Amino acid sequence: MATQHSRSAARFMMAPAVILLLGWMLVPLVMTLWFSFRRFLPNRPDIVPGWVGFDNYVRFVTSSAFWPSVQTTLIIVGGALLITIVLGVLLAMLLDQPMWGQGVVRILVIAPFFVMPTVSALVWKNIFMDPVNGLFSHLWRAFGAEPVVWLSDAPLFSIILIVSWQWLPFATLILLTAIQSLDSEQLEASEMDGAPPLSRFFYIILPHLSRAITIVILIQTIFLLSIFAEIFVTTGGAFGTRTLTYLIFQRVLESQNVGLGSAGGVYAIILANIIAIFLMRIVGKNLDA
Amino acid sequence: MSRAVTTRRKTINTVLAWSIGILIFFPILWTILTSFKTEAQAINDPPLFLFFDWTLENYSVVQERSDYMRFLWNSVIIAGGSTLIGVMIAIPAAWSMAFVPSRRTKDILLWMLSTKMLPAVGVLYPIYLIFIELGLLDTRIGLVVVIMLINLPIIVWMLYTYFKEIPGEILEAARMDGASLREEIIYVLTPMAVPGIASTMLLNFILAWNEAFWTLNLTAAQAAPLTAFIASYSSPEGLFYAKLSAASTMAIAPILILGWFSQKQLVRGLTFGAVK
Repeated sequence: MATQHSRSAARFMMAPAVILLLGWMLVPLVMTLWFSFRRFLPNRPDIVPGWVGFDNYVRFVTSSAFWPSVQTTLIIVGGALLITIVLGVLLAMLLDQPMWGQGVVRILVIAPFFVMPTVSALVWKNIFMDPVNGLFSHLWRAFGAEPVVWLSDAPLFSIILIVSWQWLPFATLILLTAIQSLDSEQLEASEMDGAPPLSRFFYIILPHLSRAITIVILIQTIFLLSIFAEIFVTTGGAFGTRTLTYLIFQRVLESQNVGLGSAGGVYAIILANIIAIFLMRIVGKNLDA
Repeated sequence: MSRAVTTRRKTINTVLAWSIGILIFFPILWTILTSFKTEAQAINDPPLFLFFDWTLENYSVVQERSDYMRFLWNSVIIAGGSTLIGVMIAIPAAWSMAFVPSRRTKDILLWMLSTKMLPAVGVLYPIYLIFIELGLLDTRIGLVVVIMLINLPIIVWMLYTYFKEIPGEILEAARMDGASLREEIIYVLTPMAVPGIASTMLLNFILAWNEAFWTLNLTAAQAAPLTAFIASYSSPEGLFYAKLSAASTMAIAPILILGWFSQKQLVRGLTFGAVK
């Protein structure tokens, strides 16, 4: 149907976006690759830059910080995904029920999504989790318990809690939209047939939500793999909260070891792409449906 | 009888949902409340909920300590500029993908989304060097470009989704009536696409406003937006809860209000219309 004329016009109209994104991807990527094979410490004029082959790669992987950082990354991403999806499904089902003031409740639930990560991290760290003056410690003391030093005693849990608070609204909103499109007749029919609530949930509601859940996983993984501000302002990577992103950040910007950091960057890109290929396949399938 | 059961169920739902809603909203509410307390009241044990001497002092102190208006203005320019330029580049691209699809269209779309997977930290130093070379470090224009680029895939996807929903018959009819491609775009498509473009811009404005990694690493004094303004309160010596709360409230208020108005668009936009 499309004419030759409109096809070339289309190519012309797509060009700026494609070229810009291609440049945005390739230029820094090639530079990162280049640096990763070099000894490159901008703040140390005494160390002569030069080729080191795969030295940086070997050093990065064998450093004692590498595997814990991968593990931390996966725990934070996995933990936050688990919490937001389980609670998101439950909350979406509740919000779908008839009630008074549904609109207002929905706004209350969604609000955290709009809070910028630096603000939410700071507010949680100081106003809630502070061991002396934080609201939690007031609460703990009111019950006669010893306040918890959240960010050093339960650092991963604290970060997952903060991140989940930020992303639960997103998951809930998407899942709620999906639930609302559920054919209520099907549910009523199964209710008439005497299907217990639990099997209704597992055989009708959950399969219906699978697509929405996939999308929540995709979007959240993209953003969670690179969480930065939350760690930057809370623990600064201490107490075992150093994610791969944060480890590379420290190598590159704090210790100014660009060669080593760049090798780490390449590892991060590889890790992200392994996850991406897996996720893209699911999304690609959903696009056809 | 069934009516009574419904009312009872509705009451239980309402109580349960409101409790959870308030629990989730509580950190924001508490921050806003704390911003109106004195420092002593802010750390009072037991915590003071509503009965304290409300004061606006923190807000004026925050404004004096650091020029809030300048950070706010930077945020507006960076979020607004990157959204505007992003949409201008994305509209023609999304248009051609939606209306003149080829076999590669889907691949191009997926590839665009995959650039979002590129870990920012992996390419931070190259961008840093390019910025120094071009004199873009700590400038608003530099940040506008970077944030436009990181959000461009999402803008293209959202617009593509919206354009896809415009029925092709209408275009054919216009073409039959002898409309040129240009006329078709200006007079037929644009009016129908305005709501989609508006919600895309809204959502991207929110994403750009909250973006923290690049703004923290590429700005210092001149171009720093509100994300950086608030990070300056993370130093231990600045542990004044009431002032921190006032600064936080000032940083999130504009976007919170904007976000509430756009919650419906948020779903469609962020899921690329895959969930209805």
